[in-house]
Amino acid sequence: MMQLGAARAAPANPQFGDFAMYAFEYHRPNTLSGALADLEKADAKALAGGMTLIPTMKQRLANPSIIIDLKSVPELSGLSREGDNLVIGAMTRHAEVARSPVVQAAIPALAALARGIGDPHVRNRGTIGGSLANDDPAADYPAAVLALGATVVSSKRRIPADDFFKGLFETALESGELITQVSFPIPAKAAYMKFANPASRYALVGVFVAKTAGGVRVAVTGAGENGVFRASALEAALNANFSASALDGVSIPANGLNSDIHADADYRAHLIGVMARRAVAAAA
Amino acid sequence: MSATGIGASVKRKEDIRFITGKGHYLDDINRPGQAYAYFLRSPHAHATIDRIDTAEARKSPGVVAIFAGDDIAADKVGGLICGWMIHSKDGSPMKAGAHPALAQGKVRYVGDHVAVVIADTYARARDAAEKIEVSYSELPAVIDLARAAAPAQAQLHDAAPNNTIFNWHIGDKAATDAAFASAAHVTKLDLVNNRLIPNAMEPRSAIGDYDAGTDTLTLYTTSQNPHVARLVLSAFVGLAPEHKFRVIAPDVGGGFGSKIFIYAEETVCAWASKKIDRPVKWTAERTESFLSDAHGRDHVTHAELALDAQGKITGLRAHTIANLGAYMSTFSSFVPTYAYAPLLSGQYDIPNIYCEVDAVYTNTAPVDAYRGAGRPEAAFLVERIVEIAARETGRDPAELRRINFVKAFPHQTPVLMAYDTGDFGGALDKALELADYKGASRRKAESAAKGKLRGIGISAYIEACGVAPSQAVGMLGGGVGLWESAEVRVNPIGTVEVLTGCHSHGQGNETTYAQLVSSRLGIPIENVSVVHGDTDKVQFGMGTYGSRSGAVGMSALSKALDKVEAKAKKVAGHVLEASEGDIEFKEGKFTVKGTDKSIDFGSVALNAYTAHKFNGQELEPGLKEGAFWDPTNFTFPAGVHICELEIDPETGVVTIDRWTAVDDFGKLINPMIVEGQVHGGIAQGVGQALLEGARYNEDGQLVTASYMDYCMPRADNLPSFKVETIETPCPSNPLGLKGCGEAGAIAAPPAVINAITDALGHEDVAMPATPQVVWRAAQKTATKRAAE
Repeated sequence: MMQLGAARAAPANPQFGDFAMYAFEYHRPNTLSGALADLEKADAKALAGGMTLIPTMKQRLANPSIIIDLKSVPELSGLSREGDNLVIGAMTRHAEVARSPVVQAAIPALAALARGIGDPHVRNRGTIGGSLANDDPAADYPAAVLALGATVVSSKRRIPADDFFKGLFETALESGELITQVSFPIPAKAAYMKFANPASRYALVGVFVAKTAGGVRVAVTGAGENGVFRASALEAALNANFSASALDGVSIPANGLNSDIHADADYRAHLIGVMARRAVAAAA
Repeated sequence: MSATGIGASVKRKEDIRFITGKGHYLDDINRPGQAYAYFLRSPHAHATIDRIDTAEARKSPGVVAIFAGDDIAADKVGGLICGWMIHSKDGSPMKAGAHPALAQGKVRYVGDHVAVVIADTYARARDAAEKIEVSYSELPAVIDLARAAAPAQAQLHDAAPNNTIFNWHIGDKAATDAAFASAAHVTKLDLVNNRLIPNAMEPRSAIGDYDAGTDTLTLYTTSQNPHVARLVLSAFVGLAPEHKFRVIAPDVGGGFGSKIFIYAEETVCAWASKKIDRPVKWTAERTESFLSDAHGRDHVTHAELALDAQGKITGLRAHTIANLGAYMSTFSSFVPTYAYAPLLSGQYDIPNIYCEVDAVYTNTAPVDAYRGAGRPEAAFLVERIVEIAARETGRDPAELRRINFVKAFPHQTPVLMAYDTGDFGGALDKALELADYKGASRRKAESAAKGKLRGIGISAYIEACGVAPSQAVGMLGGGVGLWESAEVRVNPIGTVEVLTGCHSHGQGNETTYAQLVSSRLGIPIENVSVVHGDTDKVQFGMGTYGSRSGAVGMSALSKALDKVEAKAKKVAGHVLEASEGDIEFKEGKFTVKGTDKSIDFGSVALNAYTAHKFNGQELEPGLKEGAFWDPTNFTFPAGVHICELEIDPETGVVTIDRWTAVDDFGKLINPMIVEGQVHGGIAQGVGQALLEGARYNEDGQLVTASYMDYCMPRADNLPSFKVETIETPCPSNPLGLKGCGEAGAIAAPPAVINAITDALGHEDVAMPATPQVVWRAAQKTATKRAAE
């Protein structure tokens, strides 16, 4: 229609920007104590890389009243070798882990895992702390943390990996508790093998195998109905003989594994064995 | 051949603006005062709408209007139509249910349009929509197409008992049955042609913009055929008369068929704009694209092939159930009938063919044409069953094909098509050579040594493009003529604007059309503009689909250029003071035969407009000509694709190692663009074969409604392609063009599946052949081999 003047002119493109999500307050604290204080507020939600939270908010499936952006909290950054441990700050991006010479020297399998997460955009935004706190059942990091017997360090305590993962998108973290660091004991050998979902490229099955001081640990992501888990039958076989052939004939029960349009439980069970053998063969 | 003329691989003129972000796609357009539409969609596959309460929503900030089915019905806005009448074998017309733009009393698929909220921003429209209360009474959902017509199923439309739209057939049943009765060998095949979601890069979008001062309606829409959209929305839906209705389809980011059709959203935006006297804009979110773009394919078929003792095919019969979804989309009835069964002869001389097609309604998104549209379904059937027949009878698949090829042209098949030209054996020879077919067994052994299974698969496809002779279209039930128009406007200084009814949304027409003009008029391609996609500029046209913008659109352009040349010769004759018959035109220059007198094209153009050198009563001033081209036959692109791949039997992962394509597209205008079309087509075909599949659960929820679950092909799913052509010019159009836009998507699926089944020792696999599907088939093969 004919329009005179600017009175009815539309903004440049009001379809996007601040309009896709429900309204929320945005905080960016500069200290850990500031972040923790903010987190006490009603419906507050911590934002690390935002790789899950932001899309969820755009889809209007999440409606936090306050977003606490953790990117300026100094206590959450850093990456260093401390004795026999590799300590990674919670806000460390996947790309930093992937390219870090420190990680590559200490736990090359961890650097390789980080290199295989998502795509370049995700790797440059997503963080290790965010991934662990979210505990997506198909995420890669939980497999590394569990297989390496890492310790999740929070604002309140040190949580052993075996106690941290509690199910789908559920962890031992309590309300108001933030992951600050993850401490990985450096293993003798380790490798991660991921069979990617053809569509999402998340792990359909991901197996992290580690020969640690406390014995061989095998963690499986992507496959379990309750998220990441340790595969005890594989661990037993590998503790007896750390070689791929030791896993021949070791079958993984399909019971308790996911079935979806991409893979049923039987196929996932089979893939766990294949990925585990390949991880053992590749372990360095 | 000049550097920019016909046959030159000229870089695409339009790409500079596309790759530098300077394109004008629909969402880049904003109209003063525009409001935004958000569509409230059905969360249920099948339900009656008992009540819609919009009271709270209307109080929401920024809301301009909320409309539902009753409002659109009260305004006597017509429903969306299917433009192709199919008659069942008993002679009765197809049984189509109503297709209102906003649901009236009932929703029939998840994503069906229940109401539209129009607000001053998109987010406010969406906020308000969340406050609309709709009371539904859920009904059982009909999802499985194979059971849709069975007794005791829920019924989608009263007009279509047993959810059946038509039971159609083609061919001679008695003769075909007789051929099977005397066959030496019969091969049987049950197959599913998997349902696909088009996923154009640019989502659908529309702006309705009513001008109360002139009482004219403008619709900006992502359309492959803006004139068809205007015709349907004017003549059938009744939004505005054509002379008061302008449809603009600007740069469109891919269509693949899905933007041929007339959709509810654009209808509602145009209607609502008049209702509220403000422009109304809508752009689909990606989830809406998954839910409500017309899907493709979705057939279940049983097929049989009869052979004599020498391996000669004597008959083919097939029964197909085609899923048309919850409503009949614009050309939905055409796709599984005349776009499908007439191609069942493939490249072969098959004396007897009979095919029955049952079209059914289900509580899923509408299904319509998608890259290839019916022809991929035909090629998949023919090329799978021929391959299996070769294996069953112990013949080399290439040789069985060769002995059955059509070798003399023209060739009338028993299912309508009259193949005009081709060299099927030549394409096969060249493809086998390029693919090193003879070396395949050696490479298989090398793969086996690494623990991998290698397979090689051939696909000798044929398709029908250049749609289509209008009289034939009419006889077969089409509601339109499928000619094309072109207008050539020569400006006084000799630059040229071409107006075409074909729309360019990835085809590169702005370049190829300019190449033709450049070749014919001897002017640089920079001096040629191609105008399309606006009903106020181009008088009429049928649009771009079915690989027709070359074979049909450029034929119209060629005819218009003939007229320009004839008129220009007259002008040149006056200027050069010679008789028209003595004027020759070559490489942009008019000369007088046997003299050195000449004048260039630009000067003739100027003289045509100054009109100083001729009597304006005897010769009209100006240089502008138009033409309509109505094809005399379909065109028949054909070729051979060979896929060679490796399977990891431990995981079922398929890695395509080599791809050889030898296509016959007739003459080529721009070989680089042709190669790009082949690449894209193969990628989509590989997508269908290995990756893509729309899945609804039993409640009718689309499980694959995002890229997390719907797997698109990516670069790392594909090898480098070896793409070559052979050339038998098409005899039915002036440029000898056949069309290349869909060939790859038609050729690829059977090539991939034939290669997989070759690797697996003939165990059948369904599409998409995901790692799990292939692994399971490999397990069966291993078990069988162990038992032998």
